[in-house]
Amino acid sequence: MALLELRNIERHFGDFAAVNGVSMNIEQGEFFTLLGPSGCGKTTLLRMIAGFDSPQSGEILLDGKDLVSIPPEKRPIHTVFQSYALFPHMTVAQNIAFPLRMKKVSKEEISKRVAEALKSVRLGDRGGRYPGELSGGQRQRVALARALINRPRLLLLDEPLAALDMKLREQMQLELINLQKEVGITFIYVTHDQTEALALSHRIAVMNKGRVEQLDEPSNIYDHPKNRFVADFIGTCNLLPAAVSVTGEEKMVIEIEGLGDVAAKNPGRAHGSGTLALRPEKIRIAQKLEPGIEENHFRGTVHDFLYMGDVTVYIVEVGDGVHIEALLPNSAAGRPRILAAGDPVEISWRYDAGTFLNE
Amino acid sequence: MNSRIAKWLISGPPSLYLLVFFVIPTLIMVLASFRYAGEYGGLAPILLHDANGAHLNLTLESYQEYFSDFIYTWLLLKTVLYALVTTFFCLVMAYPLALLIARSEKKRRDLLILLVILPFWSNFLIRIYAWMIILGPQSAFTVGLNDLLSLLGMGPVRMLFTPFAVVLCLIYVQLPFMVLPLYANLEKHDPALLDAAQDLGANGWQRFWKVTFPLSLPGIYAGVALVFIPVLGIFAVPDILGGTKGIMIGNLIKQEFLEARDWPFGSALSILLTVAAMLMVGMAALLARRKGSDA
Repeated sequence: MALLELRNIERHFGDFAAVNGVSMNIEQGEFFTLLGPSGCGKTTLLRMIAGFDSPQSGEILLDGKDLVSIPPEKRPIHTVFQSYALFPHMTVAQNIAFPLRMKKVSKEEISKRVAEALKSVRLGDRGGRYPGELSGGQRQRVALARALINRPRLLLLDEPLAALDMKLREQMQLELINLQKEVGITFIYVTHDQTEALALSHRIAVMNKGRVEQLDEPSNIYDHPKNRFVADFIGTCNLLPAAVSVTGEEKMVIEIEGLGDVAAKNPGRAHGSGTLALRPEKIRIAQKLEPGIEENHFRGTVHDFLYMGDVTVYIVEVGDGVHIEALLPNSAAGRPRILAAGDPVEISWRYDAGTFLNE
Repeated sequence: MNSRIAKWLISGPPSLYLLVFFVIPTLIMVLASFRYAGEYGGLAPILLHDANGAHLNLTLESYQEYFSDFIYTWLLLKTVLYALVTTFFCLVMAYPLALLIARSEKKRRDLLILLVILPFWSNFLIRIYAWMIILGPQSAFTVGLNDLLSLLGMGPVRMLFTPFAVVLCLIYVQLPFMVLPLYANLEKHDPALLDAAQDLGANGWQRFWKVTFPLSLPGIYAGVALVFIPVLGIFAVPDILGGTKGIMIGNLIKQEFLEARDWPFGSALSILLTVAAMLMVGMAALLARRKGSDA
């Protein structure tokens, strides 16, 4: 049995369908992420799991038991809020002790467990400080310790890293992964940041307009997006309008507008028109490429390029004004010299490098 | 250099104003409390000329008079009691109101605050006279109340010219001064804190006493000071509604200046009232700090 079951959750605000028929199962011990642009319904869904909002129809089950009728303060579920919501009038230790005090745990027990919690988030010497005296990363760790001290069945995290700068965010991502492994508590993580979702999660539910577009492991979501929205939202992707012309068992031929015939993997039920989703890093680019290694080979010119430090992004114009984005690592072996705008260039990719998405 | 000039330009005028209209008058009062009353009111000269030349004409007579009869201290204590009762009821009534306003929709908040300050748009004395009519023996309120009491076999009661009338009106007059600072404080609270408290297991009662109330303490202190201190010196309300039993120290001070024409004694009473108020506020602040550092 799944730890948390969502069955056909509906939540409308007036005419706006914030959550529109969402069902999913979340397993014990999972790091599960709800990913989507703002307004996709991920936060509404999280608030319903926490108990601050209720679905108009559908069921939320924890361990198979109804959760909707239980008020937030009685649910074995804690939340790390985006703003951390630390109590400014309490010290760090008092903040962390708060859930235990609400449960009327004995004083000795509280001080013992708070000391342990402080140590586990490397704030052993900061128990007497007030939240206002801590840095962003430290506040984040206090919020985590406070939400975990009661050992909830489920920890909800609402964009907890959004307020941190990039360096610190990467460090906190690693800490979160390790912490989740250590405590073994199921995490449900909400974010609009796709790299964060890919890095942290066991499974991701990509949401849009109140619906789940795709629910899968990070690598499957990245490599095999189910539709145009997912392909576009996760990472960068060349989205080329195309139509199926010949289908084989494993391969097929599709015609890309303005480029011509291209070999692609047959996803099974391909027919009519659709989109070829092609990741830039799966495209080979050089001044001269040996013909025949990869099925699809085109000559074009560099339209534009962006030097990013670790890689260079090239926009290559091929065929009849089709722009394709390709990546070249800036390692010594990877790039002999910077190709300038207007330089002739060749690109190629394997038939299975892209994914054909039916309309 | 420029910033120093700017600082003086900004802080100078208000400082000067306070010096001329607050510090100097207070010092004049202090001095006056040690002088003799003039023969026809006012003050006797500070310097007295006689055969031995000029000498200072100062005395502790006014303070001796105060301590010679307990009735003055009793009046002071009674005034403090009225102020405490007024402050308590203002707090108890203003807190839920301020909380309600702070938690209502943004659009409705401005309207509700407008309603709270609406009484300020009519004259203070007129509002007190209105209470005279409301509490008068022929008013519908009094008649209705006495009818009700007679059904229960009690009464009738007289309300006008009693301490009850004074305190009732003081509460009415001072209530906005409690609501406004409380609202200003409560309105700034981050609603996520209450969500967090609930999420971490706090019920409604615990959310109030562990989060909302402690965070509103600065607002409570400000409201208490704004209500308590002015009530200590007020005389218009007891003058109009208090009769002989409802008199407060403010009435006595006013009487000493305008009727008895004993300015030194009036000054001494004012100084003693100020000292008493400062002592109480200071003690309250000390207690609050002690409690704050304990927690």
